[in-house]
Amino acid sequence: MGKSTISKIPFKGTAEQEQKLREFIAANKDVQGALMPIMQEAQEIYGYLPIEVQKIIAEGLNIPLEEVYGVATFYAQFNLNPKGQYKIGVCLGTACYVKGSQDVFDKACSVLGISNGDVTEDGKFSIEATRCIGCCGLAPVLTVNDDVYGRLTADDVPGIIEKYQKM
Amino acid sequence: MYRSHVLICGGTGCSSSGSAKILSEMESEIKKQGLENEVKVVQTGCFGLCALGPIMIVYPEGCFYSRVTVEDVPEIVSEHLLKGRVVTRLLYQETVSDDGIKSLNETNFYKKQHRVALRNCGVINPENIEEYIAVDGYAALGKVLTEMTPDEVIDVILKSGLRGRGGAGFPTGKKWQLARNLVPDADQKYVCCNADEGDPGAFMDRSVLEGDPHALIEAMAIAGYAIGATQGFVYVRAEYPIAVKRLRIAIEQAREYGLLGKNIFDSGFDFDMDIRLGAGAFVCGEETALMTSIEGHRGEPRPRPPFPAEKGLFGKPSVLNNVETYANIPQIILKGADWFSSMGTEKSKGTKVFALGGKIVNTGLVEVPMGTTLREIIEDIGGGIPNGKKFKAAQTGGPSGGCIPAQHLDTPIDYDNLIAIGSMMGSGGLIVMDEDNCMVDIAKFFLEFTVDESCGKCTPCRIGNKRLLELLNKITSGNGTLEDLDKMEELCYYIKENSLCGLGQTAPNPVLSTLRYFRDEYVAHIVDKRCPAGVCKKLVTFEILDTCKGCTKCARNCPVNAITGKVKEKHVIDTAKCIKCGACIDNCNFNAIIKK
Repeated sequence: MGKSTISKIPFKGTAEQEQKLREFIAANKDVQGALMPIMQEAQEIYGYLPIEVQKIIAEGLNIPLEEVYGVATFYAQFNLNPKGQYKIGVCLGTACYVKGSQDVFDKACSVLGISNGDVTEDGKFSIEATRCIGCCGLAPVLTVNDDVYGRLTADDVPGIIEKYQKM
Repeated sequence: MYRSHVLICGGTGCSSSGSAKILSEMESEIKKQGLENEVKVVQTGCFGLCALGPIMIVYPEGCFYSRVTVEDVPEIVSEHLLKGRVVTRLLYQETVSDDGIKSLNETNFYKKQHRVALRNCGVINPENIEEYIAVDGYAALGKVLTEMTPDEVIDVILKSGLRGRGGAGFPTGKKWQLARNLVPDADQKYVCCNADEGDPGAFMDRSVLEGDPHALIEAMAIAGYAIGATQGFVYVRAEYPIAVKRLRIAIEQAREYGLLGKNIFDSGFDFDMDIRLGAGAFVCGEETALMTSIEGHRGEPRPRPPFPAEKGLFGKPSVLNNVETYANIPQIILKGADWFSSMGTEKSKGTKVFALGGKIVNTGLVEVPMGTTLREIIEDIGGGIPNGKKFKAAQTGGPSGGCIPAQHLDTPIDYDNLIAIGSMMGSGGLIVMDEDNCMVDIAKFFLEFTVDESCGKCTPCRIGNKRLLELLNKITSGNGTLEDLDKMEELCYYIKENSLCGLGQTAPNPVLSTLRYFRDEYVAHIVDKRCPAGVCKKLVTFEILDTCKGCTKCARNCPVNAITGKVKEKHVIDTAKCIKCGACIDNCNFNAIIKK
């Protein structure tokens, strides 16, 4: 936990996105405990939760912005920064870790030249050390968006990243 | 009637290795051969043997095909399904015997297993309620609503001896009884399910959700009837998209069939349920934190008492059980308390699902009666440690548990025995470690996890664990002293005694258990400035032995040019330049480079 950066990347939300979010808020605001499902939907719509989006939510639910911000920063899955076109995740769950996923992760970071949670300058790749994704039979595991690569060694990493660089 | 059934695993493990593509290829090949009226393809939940995925079973022969690829599908269809010739090269080796194919239940992996919670996983199509009903699904709910009083239901669960499978092992019947009786005039009560399986390396709950979601729905409705609740919430990890999707489908189907909603089985009992997605916070596995999170807040735990049975979700009396606990309920109702309590040990009844992972041949899910020994699970079912390496420890209970050394391999596993040897049941992750794993590093790994996941509400957990991690870092970088070990122990007990919730109270367990059983490794780091397993990078040095042939391959592959030497002469590593990446060892064809 404990991430508190406000995104420096300019917000590019569209009117359609805002309308979609406002409609979802209007339809759900009376549900008990609506804040998190609404934030999850907002992240679906925008891909992340910049302060501008948090403000729309606070306004729609008539709650203080700091409450929205507090929830956004508490949970690992809410992103305050946009992700790359290709989201790389390296599982650092126990089963992957004991089979060397730290080396896989370090290699991916060094190939991309970014560290955990960052995005490459061209916006193409972002990387994250993830919790167990549950396919421990494939350990160690790396994911790129919905593609899963298993039983890896650090040497396999450059080839995988290269594949997406060319896409 | 179909003459053949092809079961393809659609659990996360097999999906990750491409089982969805295999399924669609299978369907189109079957159509191509005109077999669509003779062969039925079924997508099931997890079979358990994830190491061999993607898995496919063809009935009536019961052929277990492992590590199937899309390219294998046309051959399976044309050879096996069309001509009736089994594709032997794809069979799981253990099922092949001289006189034909052995049943799966005779293989080492399945032989000692006893499937109760997982009984339908890999057997039925989880997206079809009729398949669940065909295996006695919703019969328990029917029985409860038409033949039993709530107190009788609670009584059966109490007598069965079922204890919470989420880790702490609180008697489930007792929990229900409290929720039923503590606040008799409550206008609303809730039934919650903890499906926020945050323990890294544990995936048994996901398997039930993916493979048998109706069992959970049925059990929660039974719990609702027993305690007097009409609304349920399932709090699921958002990282489990397949599980969430199947649970949604299952809830919809149950509503259509009138098994959720108003006046179920014409009994006057109303019950409905909703899904809430977690957002990646380990602490939300703690019951009060989970409820705070469903309410839409930061998932911070609340002091207990009041316990949730009195004041839980939205301030109302609530029951929270874990997925695996619920998965046992319908069968206890149908088969009786005596049947259930005949399995297991004196104080831990029934079975337990373990997620076997790490350095083990048969990675996957296994369900065994309580009281099975670790050795049986690891050596017989799990197939032992790969690559001829030596067993060092088994880790149970995730970040709240401990590392169990070889001397305790024959301990019968149950809640109380695990606590006695310094670990705990936890949700059932069982990670095997071999001689290449450093136990100080493992303790550090878990503590990094809990420090990261501590919600920060109480001081012992927020600050204490951070200080503990600093001491561990000091040791793994070669700056530790022997006094640090005593300091660490003292701090561990302080954190355990004073933390607000289960996360903090158990966070020091990985440190304490490794200190207890692997103190010599800590001492080696401190006194000899050496990491015996060669993991802690600051304490490792690389050395080229006299067997070096001078092939120059290591020097060419060193990313920092730390290796020098002439052709056909022994090379040398400049340890000041070396970044300990291990590239030289990987590239040496003569095993002439070692880590010390």
